[in-house]
Amino acid sequence: MSTEAIHDDHHDHKPSGIGRWLFSTNHKDIGTMYLIFALVMLFLGGASAMMLRAELWEPGLQIVDPDTYNNLLTNHALIMVFGAVMPAAAGMANWMLPMMIGAPDMALPRLNNLSFWLLPFAALMLILSFVVPHFGGGVPINTGWTLYPPLSLQAGIGMDFGIFTLHILGISSIMASINIVTTIVNMRAPGMTWFKLPLFAWAWLLTGLLLIMIMPVLAGGVTMLLFDRHFGTSFFDAAGGGDPVLFQHLFWFFGHPEVYVLLLPSIGILGMVVPTFSRKPLFAYKPLVYSMFFLTALGMVVWAHHQYTVGMSKEVTTYFMIGTILISIPVGYMLFSFIFTMWRGSMTFETPMLFAVAIVLMFSFAGVTGIMLAVVPADLQYHDTYFVVAHFHYALIPGALFGIYAGVFYWLPKWTGHMYDERLGKIFFWWTTIAFNLTFFVQHFVGLAGMPRRISDYSPVFTDFNQISSIGAFAFGASHFLFVWIIIKAVRGGKRAGDKPWDGAQVGNAGLEWALPSPPPFHSFTTPPVVK
Amino acid sequence: MSKRSLGGLAAAAMVVLSGRVLAAWEHNLPEPVSPATKEIFNLHMLTATIALVIMVIVTAIIVYALWKFRKSKGYEADQNFHKGWFGTWAWVLVPVVVLGIDMSVAGKASKVFDLVEDTSTPDMTLKVIGSQWKWTYEYMDEGIRLVSSLNRDRKTNDPLYLHDVDNPVVLPVNTRIRLLHTATDVLHAWWVPALAYKKDAIPGYINETWTIIEKEGTYRGQCAEICGGGHAFMPIVIKAVSKQKYAAWVKEKKLAAAAALAEASSGKVWTRDELFSKGEAIYKANCVACHQANGQGVPNVFPALAGSKVATGDIKVHLDTVIHGRPGTPMAAWGGQLNDLDIASVVTYERNAWGNDTGDAVQPGDVKAAR
Repeated sequence: MSTEAIHDDHHDHKPSGIGRWLFSTNHKDIGTMYLIFALVMLFLGGASAMMLRAELWEPGLQIVDPDTYNNLLTNHALIMVFGAVMPAAAGMANWMLPMMIGAPDMALPRLNNLSFWLLPFAALMLILSFVVPHFGGGVPINTGWTLYPPLSLQAGIGMDFGIFTLHILGISSIMASINIVTTIVNMRAPGMTWFKLPLFAWAWLLTGLLLIMIMPVLAGGVTMLLFDRHFGTSFFDAAGGGDPVLFQHLFWFFGHPEVYVLLLPSIGILGMVVPTFSRKPLFAYKPLVYSMFFLTALGMVVWAHHQYTVGMSKEVTTYFMIGTILISIPVGYMLFSFIFTMWRGSMTFETPMLFAVAIVLMFSFAGVTGIMLAVVPADLQYHDTYFVVAHFHYALIPGALFGIYAGVFYWLPKWTGHMYDERLGKIFFWWTTIAFNLTFFVQHFVGLAGMPRRISDYSPVFTDFNQISSIGAFAFGASHFLFVWIIIKAVRGGKRAGDKPWDGAQVGNAGLEWALPSPPPFHSFTTPPVVK
Repeated sequence: MSKRSLGGLAAAAMVVLSGRVLAAWEHNLPEPVSPATKEIFNLHMLTATIALVIMVIVTAIIVYALWKFRKSKGYEADQNFHKGWFGTWAWVLVPVVVLGIDMSVAGKASKVFDLVEDTSTPDMTLKVIGSQWKWTYEYMDEGIRLVSSLNRDRKTNDPLYLHDVDNPVVLPVNTRIRLLHTATDVLHAWWVPALAYKKDAIPGYINETWTIIEKEGTYRGQCAEICGGGHAFMPIVIKAVSKQKYAAWVKEKKLAAAAALAEASSGKVWTRDELFSKGEAIYKANCVACHQANGQGVPNVFPALAGSKVATGDIKVHLDTVIHGRPGTPMAAWGGQLNDLDIASVVTYERNAWGNDTGDAVQPGDVKAAR
């Protein structure tokens, strides 16, 4: 694939001052704001996790009371899912999609501005939800991110702030998704047919569609919760003819596809990184795209595997078990494709590739423990233990977060015009990967040994594994200061990156971002490039 | 990270590990003692083995690829690899292999699931009721009722810290027991991994599981569904005894219950001191989880009783709160769980402890009138 790009740098004048950011309609500026927001939230969510691990250092309550512990637990999940991973992925989409598909900007630039600027207010709401209980606001959000009633009906005003946080985040996500889907459908450069689309764009197309389908369901569910709390309805109250389990169905109808919302953008990034550093095209590009469709569709109809223990009928439970086990086919196929993209390639191991290889390994591990969990009778033992905690952190940290790290290192030279410090990048990779495994690998065992999740205090029989886990967690948290330093260093200067900093980036269905200079002009493609 | 801090981390890890070599390092599901948990255990070992084998194969392929196909060794990328027969047919091959593994796992799983969902007629029925934060057990065939809450005397270095209760459930071995699960306030989940898998306790629902305990002994577990501030503090202890011992225990329990009922309805006028000391025990068993032993509650979460308006004001309001609870809050209605004498005692205790020196002595008759 070759491209012709004409750049008109004379139009490259940026608005100045704070107005450039507040009123921005530029995909790169908004992308940058998304990424910075995500990084700040990553530290906030990480800080909550550090407090949890510190409390779990030994039996007894040392640092926080149980309700505050549960509130931190809830915040950790909500912040990481909605504050860190989703905005980071949206930031990547903003930065990269127009450049990859040869568009001047996103299709709906003002909507783009609004969908970002809702986020800081949502974050403020969430922080308020954590603060108000300490000023007479009643019981904090002590339910975990799932907000199951009737416990969520007992909580104080913090829960209402939490519900409004989800409303605002939902609106933001839906608008961002509409924008991304519209951009991919309408703004592709002449000649960029569907099956020349870079995998990252495919991944975000499906992610956007998923979000548009699931976010309204979450919004509806939490609105019903709000009505039960304040307006005398009984949607989820058995005493009023309602059903507490109904909320679980609504939540997981959103919550399970949400897992793929977190995962797919990173799969898309792997689809760019692995061919680049293997110097050969993706193995089976088309089936990979189809398997993402399959995953999206199947992911919508397996939600109740989060609720095997609520007492559904045998037939329904069996259906959800079979559906869930079948998820292994598209996911297995994706991982297989990445492995065989490396096979007979000519590999080098820069930081993005190191992350990619580690992701394939660790995500496979999450996959096999996922099969174990999908099996209903066994899940009746695993359910709500640390085995589950370990499983989904293996899915989400490599599957979502590390994928984003790979993307950051992969595109930093393009964004900043400077190479990042490769030596520090490699140190960061090893440090964070080893610390991550130290934290979560042992949690499988402590879960099997009988430690339930979401407990603020535990019996001394669980101490050993918990201390290993806490040491790992502190090291994992600390590694991120290095991450920030590497980024700052690359933004401030460093070796000049050429237009094509990675020599393998042109193989297969590559993005058009490499046809632009590094850093790219303020408006990406003022004249559409032609893809041959 | 510098070499020194790496070394420090390793040293810290060594200290932790060396200090604990004597600990049990429990790392798997406990030895199962009932038919369903045995089958589940075997299934778990099967899927874990399959998982391990898959991981070994995947790791081997990746490690081989990393070692063999690298630029630094001068390996040239095969640009047409994905166009060969393997690239053309892998999209059929891989899903078929994965589907094969999936279906063999699912087949085994549904057999075990048939056993788990077996609802044959039981020999006895135990109703398990979760509440914030204790378990109530009703022996449906015997009319025995048991409230079981955390034993708070264990210190944090005690191996049974958070795994011991004041009243363990006593159950007979080799008896088919139907377990009915429900809850009074929020979701809970009763889980004793050796003999009873999880089914959630949901207000308004009655879920069913079953067990046959095949070995005498003490089995422990704890609540597995988050239920608020006391979630970590509602353990489960089962004492499985022979059928003869169980029959003797049932007889003893029935006699004690009859005696307590007689005492409560005897019409006797109790002194303040008698009520106070009875009330202290009841308070300790039922109320400390929220209101705390010192009556101070938890700020902003559970109200203090020491110096509170309810505990020092109108007795009628106090009795009403205890008997009927406070809807919309974790304060439960105790009217159905405690008898008149129990409520009279605990209210008397609360009105006289921690400097609430009202001097009141509430009689069982007052409680009866307030119901």
